Amino acid sequence: MVRPIAFLAGFGFVVVLLFSLVTGAIAYISEPPAKTAEHEFHLHPKDVSFRSDGPLGKFDRQQLQRGFQVYKEVCAACHSLHQVAFRDLKDLGFTDPEVKAIAKTWPTEVPSVNPDTGEAATRKATPADKIPAPYANEVAARAANNNAIPPDLSLMSKARHDGGAYIYSLLTGYQAQPAELVKHFPDSKTPASLHYNPYFANLNIAMPPPIAADGQVTYADGTPATIDQMSQDVSAFLIWTAEPKLENRHQLGVAVLGFLLLATILAYLSYRNIWAGIKH
Amino acid sequence: MSFPWAKHYAPKHPLMQWIDSRLPLPRLVYNAVGAGYPVPRNLNYFWNFGVLSGAALAIQIVTGIVLAMHYAANGLVAFDSVEHIMRDVNSGWMLRYAHANGASFFFIVVYLHIFRGLFYGSYKAPREMVWLLGLVIFLLMMATAFMGYVLPWGQMSFWGAKVITGLFGALPVVGTPIQTWLLGGFAPDNAALNRFFSLHYLLPFVIAGVIILHIWALHIPGSSNPTGIDVKGPQDTVPFHPYYTAKDGFGLGVFLFLYCAVLFFAPNALGHPDNYIAANPLSTPAHIVPEWYFWPFYAILRAFTVDFILPAKLWGVIAMFGSIILLFFLPWLDKSPVRSGNYRPAFKKFFWLLVIDVLILGWCGGAPAEEPYVMISQLAAAYYFAHFLIILPIVSRMERPLPLPNSITEAVLEKHGNAAA
Repeated sequence: MVRPIAFLAGFGFVVVLLFSLVTGAIAYISEPPAKTAEHEFHLHPKDVSFRSDGPLGKFDRQQLQRGFQVYKEVCAACHSLHQVAFRDLKDLGFTDPEVKAIAKTWPTEVPSVNPDTGEAATRKATPADKIPAPYANEVAARAANNNAIPPDLSLMSKARHDGGAYIYSLLTGYQAQPAELVKHFPDSKTPASLHYNPYFANLNIAMPPPIAADGQVTYADGTPATIDQMSQDVSAFLIWTAEPKLENRHQLGVAVLGFLLLATILAYLSYRNIWAGIKH
Repeated sequence: MSFPWAKHYAPKHPLMQWIDSRLPLPRLVYNAVGAGYPVPRNLNYFWNFGVLSGAALAIQIVTGIVLAMHYAANGLVAFDSVEHIMRDVNSGWMLRYAHANGASFFFIVVYLHIFRGLFYGSYKAPREMVWLLGLVIFLLMMATAFMGYVLPWGQMSFWGAKVITGLFGALPVVGTPIQTWLLGGFAPDNAALNRFFSLHYLLPFVIAGVIILHIWALHIPGSSNPTGIDVKGPQDTVPFHPYYTAKDGFGLGVFLFLYCAVLFFAPNALGHPDNYIAANPLSTPAHIVPEWYFWPFYAILRAFTVDFILPAKLWGVIAMFGSIILLFFLPWLDKSPVRSGNYRPAFKKFFWLLVIDVLILGWCGGAPAEEPYVMISQLAAAYYFAHFLIILPIVSRMERPLPLPNSITEAVLEKHGNAAA
């Protein structure tokens, strides 16, 4: 009884699937799906490497400090970094007094309450605070940015495929919209309020080129602040903000795998030993 | 239970005798996974995956319990509480990566365990109940994994929950009320997140319970083996301990090595980047995909694109659940008296075709819902159903199996090419 019912059910599924297939194939041939500008012009991230790449990668602390400086002086005007606390910056090699000073002089203050009146107020940040957001809320962020919200950057390098390279490519990828694109896809012409960037998913990004000129920041360590250098540094910094425990992970991983390798070899030898003389 | 020549538990130490006469727990363990359980001597490495699945469950329960101490199941703070675990909890990053990748490795070993059973006919008499209970565990695992993926409350968590509960919405008349009842609202929100957390904590213990039944049912006929023929005498078996505990120990080492290699050096390789974006009901991701271990089923769901008497979506839902439900009938669909695929030349070819087919389905399930992936998944889904419901019953009737060895021992000695035991 089971088999005739199964046969009918199987036959039913196969017929409906093949019917779907034929219908889809006819539609595909008679009306091939229109190509989109995104499909034709979107680019994969550029090939760029970071010291933190690979199984033994470590952060370049000098670079992270430079990247932090770029974030602070350029990105922080619009983008929050709300998973990162000032105290975390000690991982970048800043000393306690330096962290304290960074927190105290941060341009945005932390929301607070006036201890006398109970009214809303702000206070200076301390090392224990998360880095304060530039806008009080979403409405303020939209109002200041032509109705686009600058996303939080804490996890950006893990929230995109090939995150570090993606951020670097986006920052250095602004260009004039190719005439080819406008010719073939007149509807996809970049609107006046947006900016063409082939590394962005839909090619048109609201953010104007943030790193626009060499020497936009002045590095404390004397590294020449080229556009390429600043873009690499801030990308490296955002790899750290998304995965601050990367070095611990790599170090522990090597130790764990070494231990497991040894344990597995011993387990194999004892297996061979116990089974010696038993054919199987 | 077990064979007459199984070793009997005879504790020497007075303390163990005292315990055994009052609560025979040591005896139970001895007979279940100790020297008291005779196992065919010819098991290959594919028989390691049952123990490895148990190990994976243990890893998930231990890491999960600790994670639950730090996680907050509330839509406003869930995402940030996971980041708190990653940044501020001691070794929290390791716990979370161990749990997230542990789910993937749990599915890897369970899929290998299932395909082992499919190839060697482990679902056939007298082990049907072992197979059925295994499928119950698989369904529970899928529910647990789905709800666990919702907890970090990222974009894929939210939209995955919306799509999967939306499947119930495809049912006629009762669909929408059921979806609302499951979610505790009209869209995934705090009510859904809380109940998913509660159930995600409960179901692993239900799984552990069904595993006990699974092993109990296994121990009635005893383990199958690569030849598929029955154990004939004491020369065909070895005691589980120390022989298979040693072999499983080696298998466990290899498993942990591969698992830790991913955990420590590519912890996000099996996840989706969008889940590092906090859930946003107003922004739909470009491609909503579940975790990789659901891709074959997701491909079957999406393969139905045309209304044919029933709406396409309902066909997809029926087929997706049907693709698992049909496995419950497998012992009665495949009537070949020969268990092992090694002695079934036609079955063997179709088996490998099925393996390739499921891999193709998985590949299509992870791809965007556009051509050519949809057409490929339609072909692959058609083969999946045809394989179990049409081909297998016919093959099991038509096929002429190869001659079976007379005993396990004979097969082993033949493999080693001599007659000395």
